[in-house]
Amino acid sequence: MTDGAIVCPVPLPAGGRILLAHGGGGRMTRDLVERLFVPAFRNDVLATLHDAAVLDSPGARLAFTTDSFVVRPMFFPGGDVGTLAVNGTVNDLAMSGARPLYLSLGFILEEGLAMDDLARVVESIRRAAGEAGVAVVAGDTKVVERGKGDGVYITSAGVGVVVAREPVAPDRVRPGDAIVVSGPVGQHGVAVMAVRDGLRFSSPIVSDCASVVAPALALLEAGLDVHCLRDPTRGGVATVLNEIATQSGCEISVHESAVPVNEDVAGACEVLGLDPLYVACEGRFLAFVPAAQADAALGILTARADTARAARIGAVRAPGTPGLVTLKTVAGGERVLDLLSGEQLPRIC
Amino acid sequence: MKYLDEYRDGSSAQRYAETLRALVTRPWTLMEVCGGQTHSIVRYGVDEMLPPGVTLVHGPGCPVCVTPVAILDRAFRIARRPEVTFTSFGDMLRVPGTKDDLLHVRAEGGDVRVVYSPLDAVAVAEREPGRQVVFFAVGFETTAPANAMAVQLAARKGLKNFSLLVAQVRVPPALEAILGQPECAVQAFLAAGHVCTVMGTAEYLPLVERHRVPVVVTGFEPLDLLHGVAMAVRQLEEGRSEVEIQYARVVRPEGNPAARRALEDVFEVTDRTWRGLGPIPRSGFGLNARYAEFDAERRFPDHEPDAREDPECRAGLVLQGRLRPQECPAFGTRCTPEHPLGAPMVSSEGACAAYWLYRRRRGAPAAPTVAGAGAGSA
Amino acid sequence: MCLGIPGEILETHAGPGGLRYGTVRFGGASREVCLEYVPEAAIGDYVIVHVGLALSRISPEDAEETFRYLEEMQDLADLDGEMQEIDRAEAS
Repeated sequence: MTDGAIVCPVPLPAGGRILLAHGGGGRMTRDLVERLFVPAFRNDVLATLHDAAVLDSPGARLAFTTDSFVVRPMFFPGGDVGTLAVNGTVNDLAMSGARPLYLSLGFILEEGLAMDDLARVVESIRRAAGEAGVAVVAGDTKVVERGKGDGVYITSAGVGVVVAREPVAPDRVRPGDAIVVSGPVGQHGVAVMAVRDGLRFSSPIVSDCASVVAPALALLEAGLDVHCLRDPTRGGVATVLNEIATQSGCEISVHESAVPVNEDVAGACEVLGLDPLYVACEGRFLAFVPAAQADAALGILTARADTARAARIGAVRAPGTPGLVTLKTVAGGERVLDLLSGEQLPRIC
Repeated sequence: MKYLDEYRDGSSAQRYAETLRALVTRPWTLMEVCGGQTHSIVRYGVDEMLPPGVTLVHGPGCPVCVTPVAILDRAFRIARRPEVTFTSFGDMLRVPGTKDDLLHVRAEGGDVRVVYSPLDAVAVAEREPGRQVVFFAVGFETTAPANAMAVQLAARKGLKNFSLLVAQVRVPPALEAILGQPECAVQAFLAAGHVCTVMGTAEYLPLVERHRVPVVVTGFEPLDLLHGVAMAVRQLEEGRSEVEIQYARVVRPEGNPAARRALEDVFEVTDRTWRGLGPIPRSGFGLNARYAEFDAERRFPDHEPDAREDPECRAGLVLQGRLRPQECPAFGTRCTPEHPLGAPMVSSEGACAAYWLYRRRRGAPAAPTVAGAGAGSA
Repeated sequence: MCLGIPGEILETHAGPGGLRYGTVRFGGASREVCLEYVPEAAIGDYVIVHVGLALSRISPEDAEETFRYLEEMQDLADLDGEMQEIDRAEAS
């Protein structure tokens, strides 16, 4: 996305709606693609408008991921389905120790969607892709009947080049490893929940939706022996820790008082009866590094504006019960931090 | 956060634990009534801070857990009606009836919506006059004033499309029922702090007189619970039985008079069946004649056969503090949060769910305990 | 039954149905709360809020009780310890 030409990202007339015909593959589809998507994502590869993007891969290892985005509501404080689609995908690549390069985006649009809303999402994607340093090189558009979709669904795929010298994966986690979180948790889940009726707060809570590529790669490029990276999305930090404990066959211990939570998120979680440890983030990651390198990792992260509140929150225990995650609570007692059965719902009891 | 963080302070909790150890000379069994207290105890590990000799058993104070299957099934039938928008607290969404739950009803097309407050449900009714908005009014006396206010508001606005499905319960009759059991090993109660915020303490004086049990109205944070336990243990050690208020920053002996006036305006005391415990006379609230038009059971009558509870579910014994969740044969086998047999495994404050989430150690056997044997914490 | 959370009253106004409402701050998040049942609570006071209703004004004086009790119990325990020391000394 290095094209310096200034292109208006909304070349179509303002107003209007997506019609079934926009997904028909004919002239209206071509117009939509050429007048809305291509100018926004403009790059040499996309310009060929071929069936697949042919990419140069300079003899390196590739990381490849796919994801789908169906968030409701489509627009929320701090982001929208578009920013989620880009950041969610590039973050997955970064978690594998890769520098993201290319994205493809498939759009399933609901008949009746306002063109202005779609244009807003496309502009968000353009901006997020630019910030993450990726090019959107392939795409597809389909339209479904009114009532059969939810505004916009996006499916993405992402490709990146692995820059980590050693693999970055759960099976590299070792007893004694320190666990670092890159910033305050629980923001995205509360931001999205709080937009629904009756759960609104006077000043909106803003999602943390962002790319974590730069700080994650900074750790790798500093030569740290990063064993594992993982971004806590659905189910929050607690869910990710359980996944890694299970996949690595280790036991993990966390200190509740060490986990950073913003004051507004803390207050909202108290009121709604939510535990921030289980609430989704979209712009944070956990890093597992050897204990001796924890301070160095924290030094790198806290020096950056986007990860200034990074903190060490726990460790991999040795010896331990495989798959177990325990929490030292703020009050001093200990408990198990297990997987939830379903999603957390606001509660009154 | 002020008035929360200081009551979660680890070093003060530690000091409370030490002084409790010095206080206890004999084994004592206490029951904490409120599910919110159960949740807090297990979430913060308060039970592990208690000295051996002090046993906490979990009581029936989970309104979600005690909502009868018959009312749940009724709720599902109402929620399935195409003209109905069924509003509920999030807590109720996964609670199983005879089969199904509200989430399944929603998946099948029912308009089921989570609200934070009954007042939000009234707002929905105002905004969507074409819908019949029903609010699932579950709760103890803590929630009753909000439900009362919602009905008063709907009446003032002349709304014809708002109704309550009432499943309100009262705490004192349930404690009487528990104390009336011959096998009852409970020697003192930590009464529910927010229930008493509304109702005051007068209702507990006859209980204390009749049964000679200490009742300490206790809050919800770790230090509140430790303080409440200390006050109850002190009474027991000194041979006293009184009503005391631990949660003094919030609870007054007279309760909240304005809230109680609203209850008197809208509700009347009724008999209620408690899931797992059976019928308890005068243990609930129902809409009185003045507000009968807002009763969803009247607005949507049906004559379905009575529902049955799963015979394998021992929720009743758990709610009375006579069985620990991990002692139930179905715990973790036939009954898990994914496929619960009863409500205490589903509700966020149900004892079974609390043990599942916070205490179950994969691969390690759960230590068996018997209430009253003074074997300490679970 | 019981999620009642303490919050600080920032301002009050007339809300739906002419009832007394206010903006209450919980940590860093604020929202509208019905204050109809706490007529004595004023701006700057803390209230306990359950399902959008304030049920009680928190008494700052009584809030100290939990910590006073702890001090008292510790003093008793210390006193106990001292008495035992004295007993031991006298016995020997």
